[in-house]
Amino acid sequence: MLLYTIKRLLQGIITVWFIATATFFAMHNVPGDPLINDRAMTATTRANLEAKYGLDQPVVTQYVIYLRNLVQGDFGISFTQENREVNDIIREHFPVSAILGILAVMFATVGGVLFGALTAIYRNRLPDYVIMFVVILSISVPSFVIAALSQLSLVSLNNVVGRTVLPVAGWGTIQHMLVPAMVLGLGTMAYLTRLMRSSMLEIISSDFVRTAKSKGVPPARIFARHQLRNAIMPVITVLGPAIAAITTGGFVVELVFAIPGLGRYFVQAVQQLDYTVIMGTTVFYGAFLVFMVIVVDVLYGFIDPRVRME
Amino acid sequence: MSDIAPIDFAPLIEQQEAHGLSRPSLSYWQDAWIRLKANKRALVSLYLVIGLLLFTLAGPLIWRVDSAIQDLDQVSQPPGTNRSALVVDDYKPWFGDQFLAGAGLRLAEEATSQAVRVQWDALPGASGHRVYRNLFPVGEERAYGIPLAEFFDVNTLHFEDRLDLKRGRYYYSVVALGDRGELLDNFEMIEVDVQRVTTIAEALERGLVDDGSELLVGDQIDLSWHPLGTDYLGRDMLARLMAGAQVSLFIGIGAPFLFVLFGVVFGSMAGFIGGKTDQLMMRFADFVVALPFLLFMILFKIAFGIGPGESGVFPMLVALVLLAWPATARLVRGQILQIREQGYIHASQLLGAKTSYLILRHMIPNTLGVVLVTITFAIPSAIFTEAFLSFIGMGVAPPTPSWGSMSNEGIKTMLITPHELIFPALFISITVLAFNLLGDGLRDALDARMRNTE
Repeated sequence: MLLYTIKRLLQGIITVWFIATATFFAMHNVPGDPLINDRAMTATTRANLEAKYGLDQPVVTQYVIYLRNLVQGDFGISFTQENREVNDIIREHFPVSAILGILAVMFATVGGVLFGALTAIYRNRLPDYVIMFVVILSISVPSFVIAALSQLSLVSLNNVVGRTVLPVAGWGTIQHMLVPAMVLGLGTMAYLTRLMRSSMLEIISSDFVRTAKSKGVPPARIFARHQLRNAIMPVITVLGPAIAAITTGGFVVELVFAIPGLGRYFVQAVQQLDYTVIMGTTVFYGAFLVFMVIVVDVLYGFIDPRVRME
Repeated sequence: MSDIAPIDFAPLIEQQEAHGLSRPSLSYWQDAWIRLKANKRALVSLYLVIGLLLFTLAGPLIWRVDSAIQDLDQVSQPPGTNRSALVVDDYKPWFGDQFLAGAGLRLAEEATSQAVRVQWDALPGASGHRVYRNLFPVGEERAYGIPLAEFFDVNTLHFEDRLDLKRGRYYYSVVALGDRGELLDNFEMIEVDVQRVTTIAEALERGLVDDGSELLVGDQIDLSWHPLGTDYLGRDMLARLMAGAQVSLFIGIGAPFLFVLFGVVFGSMAGFIGGKTDQLMMRFADFVVALPFLLFMILFKIAFGIGPGESGVFPMLVALVLLAWPATARLVRGQILQIREQGYIHASQLLGAKTSYLILRHMIPNTLGVVLVTITFAIPSAIFTEAFLSFIGMGVAPPTPSWGSMSNEGIKTMLITPHELIFPALFISITVLAFNLLGDGLRDALDARMRNTE
């Protein structure tokens, strides 16, 4: 198990290096001069920056400088905000995205497992139809439309009640987080529900469930001990990529609900072509996602011993 | 061994009917088609897809309205609104009317979408006036609305409003200003019903009436018809939805075809060659998979850059292909590796089949089903990606319409004119739903191994 973990971590480091390299060359390819900005730049500043990033040197040298900075954890200073380090920006805004993401993942997993199991048990009956209808709806409607519509319904809810039950936008309290997290997790929840449903259907008709039934185990116990525990396995495998989908899907929700997360910041940086912030956040996000996938895979190895054999 | 007689080697008597086929043999595709036809949901979604393609390709031939033309008389009109307008004289400047009867704030003439002309008597104690317009009457909070003009003398007592007037009810107020331009407490308000008008010249120019027919001032005519209303710049929604469909479906269908093709070539090469090359190629695919998809879509889009006057469709296509191929490559490689070990391949090889025959006769037909299903499922996600990028302003550049960019524009005014958001969002949703259901149906019909457990 330790060997497996170490192997996965090494692979992860190479992957992060690949992400960093792809980011560097993509940004290097952006037309225009990064130092020509709206703000006037003095000759000294320009010279300093050129020296720092080796902009007068060949690409290979720039790349080496970039990698060296990266290894030392130096993402540079924002091009559009004076004296603001990219590290500070990440430190300030990532926790917001992370909290939103964790809530969304929790909502998606609990909802997906629960609804998936329900649809399988009530197969071809009313709860199945209702849940699957909602699932198909949330797969087909773009996330920004769902976000906008839920914001709209929050407005009318607050109007009907006559006071602010749940705030429409912003960040700070748990009330602010509830609806955005649900909107963010909805797509993943729909996906997990479908997965859980087909996995559960397979389990329901399996031999060990029949055995348990025939020896008189109460249905609730069969559900909890035999069916749920086995059917949940495929859900755990896709949790890594699901977390990835949720974290990068956060842009839209953060934009619509005016949440000061890293995703909104990234979009802003892209619109202003803030080189260091774009590169820093991309590499950071990439590393985070790779790490999350590894964590989920290793955890899965603990839960299901069959994985370790591979 | 001695009891084997020559008779033992005589052919058995052919038993009639034993080898006969009870039903005509079906090819793989015939079988798949029958299964698909039996699946109601898949069939309906197939019709929907065909309908969408017709809407995109044949629609502009039937509904010949330029999606870029602005109808400024009908801005942000929801579908089905009354489109009659009164014909009036050409606009003439106005400098107030000294002999206007009445007192207080009053209209100098009937309010039209051409101009609203108000006149008032100086408010007591005022050293100037400010004119406001609002959609609601001035209430307790003294919300006057948009300030339109201010006059720092008590001699100018008239104002003409020509700012973005639409048919409907407006509330104009005049508020007294103090010596230093500060707002005083006293004000007057009137309710104004604005009528939609057009001039003879405009009507002729837009082709609303025949050149020969006689149009008089005071006639009622119908403005151009917009079945799905207009957007915030007065452009026809139906025409824009058709033009947007061309962009969205071009990316949504074109990109999956390209990246699936690339993935098939890459994956089958890796699967065929095998060994170290295979390892290396698949490791590379693994790295590309690990790139955060949306972040790199944005990154590649800015890396390719959009020149002035370009729509940005091509960079998006390239970025999608560059990032999305590995999933197909993995799938096809797995298929090839699996098929390579199948009995019928060995049998074929034993019978002397060449590699090219194996590929053409066995490998390609056997992977085609999986590839088709992959394309069908890739289309909705490509459409979503386009919509998402256009939504955050990183997609298709205006004025080129796409469903994503139209939703992005519509979302800004969704409280007042929801149709500008609803229509493009509806088209995205229907398309995505149709392709998802069609994909489910195709998977069930084409691939026995992936058949759904429903």
